Amino acid sequence: MTPLAVKQRAPVFAALGDPTRLRLVARLAEGEPLSISQLTDGEKVTRQAITKHLEVLAEAGLVIDRRRGRERLYELDAAPLDEAREFLDRVSAQWDQAIARLRALVER
Amino acid sequence: MSTDKIEKHVELKASLSRVWRAITDSTEFGEWFGVALTSPFVAGAIVRGNITSKGYEHLTAELHIDRVDEAARIFAFRWHPFAIDPAVDYSSEPMTVVQFALTETTRGTHLEIIETGFDALPASRRTKAFAANGEGWTIQAKNLTDHLAKVA
Repeated sequence: MTPLAVKQRAPVFAALGDPTRLRLVARLAEGEPLSISQLTDGEKVTRQAITKHLEVLAEAGLVIDRRRGRERLYELDAAPLDEAREFLDRVSAQWDQAIARLRALVER
Repeated sequence: MSTDKIEKHVELKASLSRVWRAITDSTEFGEWFGVALTSPFVAGAIVRGNITSKGYEHLTAELHIDRVDEAARIFAFRWHPFAIDPAVDYSSEPMTVVQFALTETTRGTHLEIIETGFDALPASRRTKAFAANGEGWTIQAKNLTDHLAKVA
């Protein structure tokens, strides 16, 4: 990964730290590109708020938007998520190793 | 799909008091966590120590102790997870919170470990730290296991 790519992905983790944005990511994770109207449907916040959230996700590189006719459609880009997941997997593996040592200590 | 939290649930065949000591006695904690700690865990204290694994002795871990609550069987601290680049000053970065909660079971003790706050860490930490150090932590863990096997 180049330093530029690292820099570009810097806001990924912050972008996911919001329940509305997480829900948007979860809906887009189903695979189908969705419009702002579709994404606002079922949310308690306004269309403007959803647009702002989508902008944050787009800046983080998590969603890609494309214009189709008069509509703008949003799609998930999973690559930055995979990286976040991989980090957590590694930290998680460290815990597993530490827990194994803890077990050896208390069960001996 | 949380990227913010790590949660571990462990069944240990040991009494609650034994496990409590292993996680709240800083010397015992350091033995399995992999850091040489000398001062005790007291709420509000900052406890520092060198990583004990071969090749990483130049690194210091710093634990900010938040809670040592034996009645509630909860122990919690904050730290900079995997702060493994000596050239980087991590002090301005957000810390993650690690909480241990113990429950007595019929067969021993249930240990729950929850670490939260990863989403607030700079993304560069997540990518660079591991890319640059490769399997360093795996090797470190193996060193430690070997060492513990010798002293056991």
